Amino acid sequence: MKITSETVEYVAHLARLELAREEIDLYTNQLNSILDYMDALNRLDTQGIEPTSHPMPLNCVMRDDDIRESFTVEASTQNAPERIGSFFKVPPIIEVEE
Amino acid sequence: MDYRGFEGVIGLEVHAHLLTESKLFCGCSTKFGAEPNSHTCPTCMGLPGALPVLNKKVVDFAIRLGLALNCTINRRSIFARKNYYYPDLPKGYQISQYEEPICENGYLDIYINEEKKRIRIKRIHMEEDAGKLVHEDTIETSTYSLVDYNRSSVPLLEIVSEPDIRTPEEAVEYLKMLRDCLIYLEICDGNMEEGSFRCDANVSVRKIGDTEFGTRTELKNLNSFKYIEKSLDYEIKRQIELIKKGGEVVQETRLYNVDEGVTYSMRGKEEAHDYRYFPEPDLLPLIIDDKWIEDIRKGLPELPFEKIERFLKEYNLPRYDVEILVSDRSLASYFEDTVMLFPEPKTVSNWIMTELLRELKARNLEAKDAPISPANLAELLTLIKDGTISIKIGKEIFPELCSTGASPKRLVQDKGLIQISDESAIAQTIEQILARFPKEVAEFKAGKDKLLGFFVGQVMKETKGKANPKLLNELLLKRLKA
Repeated sequence: MKITSETVEYVAHLARLELAREEIDLYTNQLNSILDYMDALNRLDTQGIEPTSHPMPLNCVMRDDDIRESFTVEASTQNAPERIGSFFKVPPIIEVEE
Repeated sequence: MDYRGFEGVIGLEVHAHLLTESKLFCGCSTKFGAEPNSHTCPTCMGLPGALPVLNKKVVDFAIRLGLALNCTINRRSIFARKNYYYPDLPKGYQISQYEEPICENGYLDIYINEEKKRIRIKRIHMEEDAGKLVHEDTIETSTYSLVDYNRSSVPLLEIVSEPDIRTPEEAVEYLKMLRDCLIYLEICDGNMEEGSFRCDANVSVRKIGDTEFGTRTELKNLNSFKYIEKSLDYEIKRQIELIKKGGEVVQETRLYNVDEGVTYSMRGKEEAHDYRYFPEPDLLPLIIDDKWIEDIRKGLPELPFEKIERFLKEYNLPRYDVEILVSDRSLASYFEDTVMLFPEPKTVSNWIMTELLRELKARNLEAKDAPISPANLAELLTLIKDGTISIKIGKEIFPELCSTGASPKRLVQDKGLIQISDESAIAQTIEQILARFPKEVAEFKAGKDKLLGFFVGQVMKETKGKANPKLLNELLLKRLKA
């Protein structure tokens, strides 16, 4: 399974990342070598072995439904590049059709 | 609903906000309406290094609903990341369940024209809500968006039906029953305006007899039963027309425009529904043991569909009455409390459905805050039954009983409303009236039968409505026909 530069561009778009041509080539190569390495795992026979969704055989830790202190609005919005009142201000979401 | 040779195929996805105090993965409050971004912390803001810890009550609620809807409760379920990029989603992914949800393969029975129809439930899973975007203008014209993360990570249950629903009417019945179940189970307040109970619909059409499904569209964010019914009807008709004209349905998301009564394609958002789900590495698999499930099963309340069956059997009422009474748990209790004191279920039901519901509506009250107690209603009905007052007087004083909370017996006495059931007293009034209207008496005797009502009315007027109507009728007829 080889990753093409189109796949890298596609994934970058999903993550809203803008990549330069040389970055796309770089990541394509790097991702492919990671996948090549992972291919080693495919040589193992995993017939009849349950897929692992987590490496630790523990049950999910749960908490009781109690309220704990939250951020102040000042703290929660302090890293916002822009804000209006207590809100974060962000660019418009629905883009005009390309 | 008749679609002339075609039928709709509808599957519904319901998102129910849960009545927990705190969020799904952190201790922030879930309370609606707080100052923006005041119910936030590193976890629900997606700050680096913050880790989710599952709220046990959400699991409780999911099991409760799963049992109520006859689902298999999976002893092992896992969380998954649903990845997409949107400003209301601070982590860049939503923690949800994908491959192994907590509940699967249930069903809910609904009734259409007294006929039972089973709607299968495909799955129920837990997930977190996104934050809220606010726009000063409309979303299309705004040059920026405002983000409030108070709703971020508020717990939801998503309930997904199989595509077993065929008409908008069935869809509404299913949603009403599901909403009633959630409210009875006390896991969701069912408030559609505040978005505590939201619905998306997958809709396709096919020729009757076809077994293959057509291409479907998705209708988003339907937030009232009325609009759900209208938008589904519109969308089914739109697709049928399209196919009849030789066109093809395009798989897309559509929104219902309330003002125009049409659905329209939601542009721009269709690109790349590629969520790249994968198991959530920050949460371990959730293991549920039998004891937990059995404890919850023992604590389940009587569910609305069970109550409906019991009311039908025990009180021998029409399904129409029962569905109205049971649709509100407090109203159902009110009914039962009243029937205990006045064991004529149909009479009690009639008074609740007409007089009481009208007063509740006029006063903008819920059944749990009914302005007249079951004991007082039963007392009123007893006064009518034993002939102390007429039904008419009973209905007349009903609003006053609601305003004052007075005892019906006392009010009837104080106002001198006790029915006149004394034969000689009524006969005397009849004589007075007949003497006053000799012309009408002559006309009646000449065959103008409908004048009987006129005489009844006059006697009632004279006695301020207190004459026993049955007795009055008898005596009047006897006297006139003599």
